Amino acid sequence: MSILKKLFTAVKGGVNEVGEGIVDANAIRIFEQEIRDAQDALSEAKRSLTEVMAKEIQTSRAIKALEDDIAKHETYATQALDKDEESLALEIAGKIAELEQEKSEQQQILNTFSANVAKLKEQIKQAEKTIVENQRQLSMVKTTESVQKATMAVNDTMTSGDSAMASAKQSLERIKQRQMDRQDQLDAAQQLADESNDKSLHDKMREAGIGEDASKGADVLARIRAKQNK
Amino acid sequence: MELNELSIKLSQYETEGASFESFFINNVGQEVLQVIVDGNDELPIFVTRTEEQVLCICYLFTEQEISADKHAELNDTLLRLNVPMPLSAFAKIDNKYAIFGALSTNSTLEQLGHEIVTLSANSIDALDAISDYLTE
Repeated sequence: MSILKKLFTAVKGGVNEVGEGIVDANAIRIFEQEIRDAQDALSEAKRSLTEVMAKEIQTSRAIKALEDDIAKHETYATQALDKDEESLALEIAGKIAELEQEKSEQQQILNTFSANVAKLKEQIKQAEKTIVENQRQLSMVKTTESVQKATMAVNDTMTSGDSAMASAKQSLERIKQRQMDRQDQLDAAQQLADESNDKSLHDKMREAGIGEDASKGADVLARIRAKQNK
Repeated sequence: MELNELSIKLSQYETEGASFESFFINNVGQEVLQVIVDGNDELPIFVTRTEEQVLCICYLFTEQEISADKHAELNDTLLRLNVPMPLSAFAKIDNKYAIFGALSTNSTLEQLGHEIVTLSANSIDALDAISDYLTE
């Protein structure tokens, strides 16, 4: 059964209570050991593979040398026949037969090596797949364990803090209120900034004698005199 | 990044207009970092680290807070909201509904910061979206 399925069954069955492990620590250790064993086996298989591949190359090389030798002796045989050296040609032919026998033996060895290489490669692929798969499953178990422990830690903190009693709705209200307060503060600050901008503009305008506030003492006096004279 | 290192760095870090406060919890042999974004201590983000990943979890509400007869409808809604919600997914831990995001253990401070800010915003949006299913 896959770990995820086990977890699912455990959660369904309510095993996922705080403090109760879904997969016991011992099982995790065994699982980790299995992964390590598989990794050892894998590196062993890889070492064997390089050895066999080296032998495969050596044998191929030997076959190639034999083929060259055969070709060379065939030329000798032709030359002997050309010179009517019938018995020498026969002797050379005998040598060729010998070489061919040797070549076919080497070929059989090569076939065995090639088959071994293919088999080892397949085994390595399988082992790698198994290791990755096991590591993925182990990571699920460990994450579940960490989350469980973290939940315990969090529960401890929350029950001792003030946020413990508040319902989600109350929390949301408080957050919204805080966000609104912050926005109001920002708005107020902006308004203040705007006003002080306005004020400094007015100050400058007054200095330059522009705008409504530009009336000066002299003007006021002139206005009062004008009233008296009426 | 180790959690205690993250804790120190976050306290001096500001991103996307958000500020962080963080508290290190280690009372059951599992290190947890409690991160509060922008003073929203009602919805803290809990960061844990495993061999493979960094998990950021925000608890939303308990099963008991769901209005009667609305469980199935709520679950259906959450599954539908799962994909459009950026970077986070809904989850259930014991009897608590949560949203969480997972990152590689090689994540940078910027990536972790972005995840935490997004998770915090998502958690508020998610609660807002489903508050009709919850009791007071």
